[in-house]
Amino acid sequence: MPVTQPPAIRLAGVRKTFGPVVANRDASLEVAAGEIHALVGENGAGKSTLMRVLAGMYGPDAGTVQVAPQGAGALRDVTGWTTAEAIAAGVGMVHQHFMLVPTLTVAENVVLGQELTKGLQLDRARAEAEVRALSQKTGLQVAADRPVSELSVGEAQRVEILKVLYRGARILILDEPTAVLSPPEVRELWTVLRGLAAQGGTVVLITHKLDEVVDISDTITVMRAGTTVERIRTADTTPQAIARAMVGRDVALALDVMGAGDELHAERVERRAASVEGGAVAEAAPARGRDSTLDARRSALEVTGLTVAGARRPNEVDGVSFSVAPGEILGIAGVEGNGQTELLEALAGLARPTAGRIALAGADVTALGVRARADAGLSHIPEDRHRRGLVLDWSIADNLVLGLQHRFSAGARLDGRRIDENARRLVREFDIRPADPSLPARALSGGNQQKIVIAREMTGRDYHVLLAAQPTRGVDVGAIEFIHDQLRRARAAGKAIVLVSADLAEILALADRVAVMYRGRFATVLPRREASAERLGPYMTGAAGAEPAA
Amino acid sequence: MSDATAGATAAERADRRRTLLEEAVLPPLVALAIALVVGDLLILTFGQSPGAVFAMLLEGTWANAYGFGQVLYKATSLTFTGLAFAIGARAGLFNIGAESQLAAGGFAAAVAGLALGGAPAILAVPVCIAAAAVGGGAVGAVPGVLKARFGASEVIVTIMLNFVVLALLNYVIAAHLHVPETLHTPEIAAGVPRLADLSDAFRGSAANAILLLALAAAAAAWWYLFRTRPGFELRAVGLQPDAAEYGGVDVGRVWVRAMALSGAVAGLGGLNYVLGYKHYYEEGFAAGSGFLGVAVALVGRNHPLGIVIAALLFATLSQGGLAVNALVPKQMVEVLQAVVILAVVTSVPEVRRVLRAALRPAAKPAKAAA
Amino acid sequence: MIVVAFLAQVLRIVVPYLLAASGGVLSERAGIVALTLEGFMLTGAFTATLGSYYAGSPWVGLLAGIAGGVALALLLALATVRYKADQVVAGIALNLLAIGGTRFFLRYAFDSSSNSPRVPGFGGDGGGAVGAAATLAASAQNPLVWIGILTVPVVAWLLYRTPFGLRVRAAGEKPEAARSLGVPVARVRVLAVAGAGALAGLAGTYLALDQHQFTDGMTAGRGFIALAAVIFGRWDPKRVAFACVLFAAAETFQIQLQGAQLIPSQFVEMIPYVLTIVALAGVVGRSAAPAALGKAE
Repeated sequence: MPVTQPPAIRLAGVRKTFGPVVANRDASLEVAAGEIHALVGENGAGKSTLMRVLAGMYGPDAGTVQVAPQGAGALRDVTGWTTAEAIAAGVGMVHQHFMLVPTLTVAENVVLGQELTKGLQLDRARAEAEVRALSQKTGLQVAADRPVSELSVGEAQRVEILKVLYRGARILILDEPTAVLSPPEVRELWTVLRGLAAQGGTVVLITHKLDEVVDISDTITVMRAGTTVERIRTADTTPQAIARAMVGRDVALALDVMGAGDELHAERVERRAASVEGGAVAEAAPARGRDSTLDARRSALEVTGLTVAGARRPNEVDGVSFSVAPGEILGIAGVEGNGQTELLEALAGLARPTAGRIALAGADVTALGVRARADAGLSHIPEDRHRRGLVLDWSIADNLVLGLQHRFSAGARLDGRRIDENARRLVREFDIRPADPSLPARALSGGNQQKIVIAREMTGRDYHVLLAAQPTRGVDVGAIEFIHDQLRRARAAGKAIVLVSADLAEILALADRVAVMYRGRFATVLPRREASAERLGPYMTGAAGAEPAA
Repeated sequence: MSDATAGATAAERADRRRTLLEEAVLPPLVALAIALVVGDLLILTFGQSPGAVFAMLLEGTWANAYGFGQVLYKATSLTFTGLAFAIGARAGLFNIGAESQLAAGGFAAAVAGLALGGAPAILAVPVCIAAAAVGGGAVGAVPGVLKARFGASEVIVTIMLNFVVLALLNYVIAAHLHVPETLHTPEIAAGVPRLADLSDAFRGSAANAILLLALAAAAAAWWYLFRTRPGFELRAVGLQPDAAEYGGVDVGRVWVRAMALSGAVAGLGGLNYVLGYKHYYEEGFAAGSGFLGVAVALVGRNHPLGIVIAALLFATLSQGGLAVNALVPKQMVEVLQAVVILAVVTSVPEVRRVLRAALRPAAKPAKAAA
Repeated sequence: MIVVAFLAQVLRIVVPYLLAASGGVLSERAGIVALTLEGFMLTGAFTATLGSYYAGSPWVGLLAGIAGGVALALLLALATVRYKADQVVAGIALNLLAIGGTRFFLRYAFDSSSNSPRVPGFGGDGGGAVGAAATLAASAQNPLVWIGILTVPVVAWLLYRTPFGLRVRAAGEKPEAARSLGVPVARVRVLAVAGAGALAGLAGTYLALDQHQFTDGMTAGRGFIALAAVIFGRWDPKRVAFACVLFAAAETFQIQLQGAQLIPSQFVEMIPYVLTIVALAGVVGRSAAPAALGKAE
């Protein structure tokens, strides 16, 4: 791919590992001066790591980093430089998670590290004046003297960009900048970025949203599984082609949704779709010839008007109602941060709803705690297995009974023999490797760690409902197939499954119905038959379906 | 991501086990080596021969019955305070309040003993033991509740409570319970046998049957932490509160329970003096035992067996200081105790870092294979 | 006259609290727990005594007191910043080290296990005045009193008006943000802890030179009262100073009422600690503490 303008950034053969995890391998990137470049890929593809290597936060294990100082002129090898050196050379990064000190004012945050002084003192007035001037010039409006803790997320992000520009950045890296912005805020951001590029600045935008890529970028680099796989000019491509490059094999998976051996299910899906079209809340057709743990006519999970208060919005979950039938997978798609996490935590009993009702197999469980809900037949594959799903320093065996400890004890005494037997059995059945139950969970790969969680949640109790949040995030290809297979089997066994995934291909591959969550509400609920990336996209970005749907 | 461990061989697993062993055992050993060097320097400062001083230290502790008895007596108190800190630490809490909890336990035992008057030992001793546990547990529960309810830092609250509780006890003693011209309560009738009752060689040493209670407490703490459901939940809260919550555990309740339990164990430590040695509560008898408990737990890696061993080590140092006082000031051992803590607390992360760095190349082939 | 006597006594008591607590503010605002104020003070008191004794000048004692506090502070910084040791445990260890070390070297230097010989202090005879006036006059002649009073506005200025203070506050609140802007967080923390050591060392110096000698364990928990003042004063230099005055007034009250037996002295002793616990449980809550306090960088 020829580059017409002189390159401002060139990364070649970058490799970066964290312990056993390979975040980048043989990743390369070239960005011309004055262009807006989109770095796209799924979650965990290694985009952020690669850009942190560029910004000097990480030193690469292998490969080279070259940058044109101040975004112009000849490339200089800067491999392994520090953040301070990167800033001095005009390279600045706006992180996905804000790097702001909440107790300091906007101006203080902006000048931190490059303070203006008057004698021995901070020159606060001049700092505020300069921030105001920069704010005027770039259109990034924010009050310079307000504490950051009082700002909205959109304003906080403007401060982040101001920070980088204040340091004279000519190469600006933005990591998922729109994840927390409203559509008008996104449009403002685009205007600012175009303005920067027009003045010769270079912008690298990390994102996984294709509409944004098409909107704003000049060129695109696609990453998959830690490496860069394609470099395309935006004008020469289509969202479909980008998606194919991003997702790779998962597209094939999505097409394989109704594979052999699942015909009965396909028939059921068709029927249910028909009932949805009739306006009724989806109800499963009788699951013939299959042993079901519940009367299939009744909802396994019925949620009414569920509302969860939040920090960023008044309500993270805003009056959501839905039901899931036995033998059905309800997929919840959407851009992350639209209330999916809070919804599942409220369902699991980890967060307290401010309003609404949750019924499990017909019984109201709204007032119950985590354990009581689990005992009532709720299993949960949590979104963040490192924080919630596993005690990383514990053995595989102990992790296989986390949350089931009362089932593996006699009185107060833990039944060590049953815990051991359980571990040996599950390690074999779920092919957890290495097959040594005494190893700490920390020592396992992402896929095998997730197998521990899945083994526990799918065998530990006689459950009616399974909550599966991002079940394949950060796991290897083999484990993805295994996990998808387990979810299909659970459905076949009559379990009701709520699947939340940021990966639309995964939702389309597994779900019988697809809901799209936007700003705490279900923007739409479609039967699988009618759901496609093209159809769902507008709902995910808020372009369609502002009304809450059941 | 690549599957780093799928192809792990038996040899690699053995490697990993060895790492665990090294992480548990190596840091205390490194710390002791550092303390030995510092000790040598201090001894040389006084113009003495380190060899002679350490020989004298061992001579005065393990080589004669009286010295050994004193070591056992001191190790008994330290086992309790070490266990107390470890129970808190396993729940992710810093209980710096063992000193006041131990004092409260001793005080409660003395009051119970006084109230019982001349009741038979079979009744009086268990009541005193229970009183000590309740007294210490009540003081320990306060920071647990304040943390669970208000998020108050248990570190600060336990430190502040040390001063509050000790002042309160001093007041009660001074105003109501002291024997004239002293700072202690009247003697209680209840007591447990001393080692000196068994063999004349131990004459004068304070070692007593509370030693057995300390060993029982260590065994019970091990069983509770590693073999019971509440212990399982306590350890989950200590390592990853979010995972514990996900596992259906009420984190706040575990904090309260762990702090109460920790305080109760520290409170039992008060019995060593009150029930086993002097048979009265005296102002200031607990001084210093709390902070040394932190050291004991740290060197014992928060494991009951390690704590018993570390308690013996620190008790040997304390008693040994007295034995060598003629050659070098006994305060040398106080310096060494501090050095041991500092060395452990800095060498644990450092040893781990060095070990991890050394192990990383070995992990690469497995990654490539997957 | 009673009021003057009261104020004179408060002033005498509050100086070491102001010094040590101001140091505590600096350290905690940078994210390092100030459990070791007691140890800094004790070490400073001892080295100040040594300096004053051997040089025959309280000014040398003053410098030596600062040096002693800073030396222990650098040990804390080494353990917690360089080796990322747990701050609470390292703090406890250094307090034990200060107690043991001062005792050991007291034996070494003066062959005593209780106290040093008399050493020169600052002025302090009150110029012939008697009673409360003498106390006041003696205080006015003591440069450490002035240093103690001036420390409060100076630390407030340092924290809120200078680039260093901005970096301290950032390091204690969100070190990763500071680091992402190239602020050398480790160096900022080391400097803040060293500053705490210097100020608490001065507090110890004041105690030793005021009494013209070092006695074993002479700080008697004053470092923890200073820590209580830091928390009760919500980590703000001026509010912390107010807490120090409040605690010193309570102590004065107790001393002056000792004969009267209105309130048992033990209850007055409890005041700073009880207030701190109450503040932690209710008024202050967790939110007011620097967010990164106690966390490794």
